[in-house]
Amino acid sequence: MGFITATADRLTIRNFTETARLIRTLGAAGFRRFSTYRQATVAATVTNSMFGFLRTYVMLAVAGSAAALGTQAAGYDAPRLVTYVWAGQGLIGVVLLWGWTDLADRIRSGDVVTDLLRPVHPVLGYLLPDLGRAAYALLTRFTVPIAVGALAFDMYWPQRAATYPMFAVSVVLATLVCFAGRFLVNAAAYWLLDSRGVLVAWAVCSGVLGGLYFPIRFLPEWAATALYLGTPFPSLLQVPLDVLVERDAAAGQLGLLALQACWAAVLLAACVAVQRRAERRLVVQGG
Amino acid sequence: MAEAAAPAVDEPHPSRPPDETDLPAAAAEAPASTFAIYRALARAQVRAQASYRVSFALDLVSNVVFLGADLLTVLVVFQQVPVLAGFSLAEALLVFGLSSLAFSLADLAVGNIERMKHYVRTGLLDAVLIRPLGVLSQLVVLDIGLRRLGRVATGVAMLAFAANRAGVQATPANLLLLVIAPLAGAVFFGAVFVATATVAFWWVESGELSAALTYGGRDFTAYPMTIYGGWFRHLLAFGLGFGLVAYYPALILLDRPDPIGGPWWLGWCGPVLALAAAGVATLVWRTGVRHYRSTGS
Repeated sequence: MGFITATADRLTIRNFTETARLIRTLGAAGFRRFSTYRQATVAATVTNSMFGFLRTYVMLAVAGSAAALGTQAAGYDAPRLVTYVWAGQGLIGVVLLWGWTDLADRIRSGDVVTDLLRPVHPVLGYLLPDLGRAAYALLTRFTVPIAVGALAFDMYWPQRAATYPMFAVSVVLATLVCFAGRFLVNAAAYWLLDSRGVLVAWAVCSGVLGGLYFPIRFLPEWAATALYLGTPFPSLLQVPLDVLVERDAAAGQLGLLALQACWAAVLLAACVAVQRRAERRLVVQGG
Repeated sequence: MAEAAAPAVDEPHPSRPPDETDLPAAAAEAPASTFAIYRALARAQVRAQASYRVSFALDLVSNVVFLGADLLTVLVVFQQVPVLAGFSLAEALLVFGLSSLAFSLADLAVGNIERMKHYVRTGLLDAVLIRPLGVLSQLVVLDIGLRRLGRVATGVAMLAFAANRAGVQATPANLLLLVIAPLAGAVFFGAVFVATATVAFWWVESGELSAALTYGGRDFTAYPMTIYGGWFRHLLAFGLGFGLVAYYPALILLDRPDPIGGPWWLGWCGPVLALAAAGVATLVWRTGVRHYRSTGS
């Protein structure tokens, strides 16, 4: 048993080429690792599609009832809600809402020590492979539900060309926010060891408050505003989906992106701070 | 949780479980009766889980919140519209209550089985197979879902509230159905849990596939079936039988005809379906265990 002092703060990246190589290598490693889990990818897309059907029918019933009353459900018409549901199911895998326990497992087993010995900051060492994983998920777990949804239902496609690049930026930011959130709840294992409860709490909050179960704007306006500004959860799914279905005008879309960028910056900074605190108190268990 | 999930039973096993007619004195001579072994396994699990207090408390709360999340979805949806596909909020809540109580009972009893793929991949199943106890029952006590108790309690409370709000007449038949329907639904969901977990015997990396039918089935039954379209409704409601879990019993309780034209007595068919499903699940499970090949890890 021994005390590990932070080795990660040492500045080891000296120039741009080295940074670029590091990003490429670690990102590619993440991409390759997840591209080998073919069966798991198929299983996940089947499950996402099943929930796509279930949620679409609920949302279509809402849109139908609202249309009968001559209104719209929180500003979404039926095709927008269909796109919302299916793109949401596709994004679960891209941002990887649940099921990431790599860091918590390594803390429990003590393997996390080797992360501290690497010449890369641990946060970066987890982030870059995660971005590679997200790129792979974008090609598989995002496209399949979109295709299934488009075949089975009448979907809304963005009408403004600028929406597409904005959606792309929003997905990257959502992945960053989600990674930081996952890193933080995993890092709770430094203090709690058994982080199952924190992980479940994250799964509930990110799903419900992130806009997976229903669009957050279905809530009363004060509650929706409080969630958007006060919590990072809408930045995970709701914001990219709002951007995609053009729920707001271009200025509103840019505002949403700025909000997401703020949350990404805040949470990533929190990851670095938490990691530093954790390294100060880390006692590796076992032999 | 693999480490905590494998409390080794060190006591020697009796070669056969003692007869039920055994006297207490005989039971004292053979302290490791089958029941005692299961009790020891279960107790070790409960102790292991409860020893991480903060995490256990969060887990317990989160499980109730999970149910709350689904309930919140229904409430939020009805905040947008007063009537959903011909059903009012109180009526929809009755369907939701029946579905979620049935599901949480099944989840409490056999929900752990969804960790099958983990047991197959890590080779823990090998250890389970060589013990002289039932495979399925061992897996069930290996990771007791104590934290799911909160969900069952919430489910009962919600069903009582919904039945009251929806104006269900307190006739003997209705009260009987209010008890039978969740129990039959629980057996049915349990069968779905076991049957879909068996996929892991052939397909180790099956990931969340079983969730499509277990949690997907729960979500399907949680809403009045009138919201679903054509082939999707036919496949899940009648092809797989999910329609009989909550929707048709709720129609009898509400005393209203089926808007999509099903006969009224379908609501009483839950137990028949549950027995059939349990039979199929047993067959699938037996075939799976027989085809098990260790991953060697």
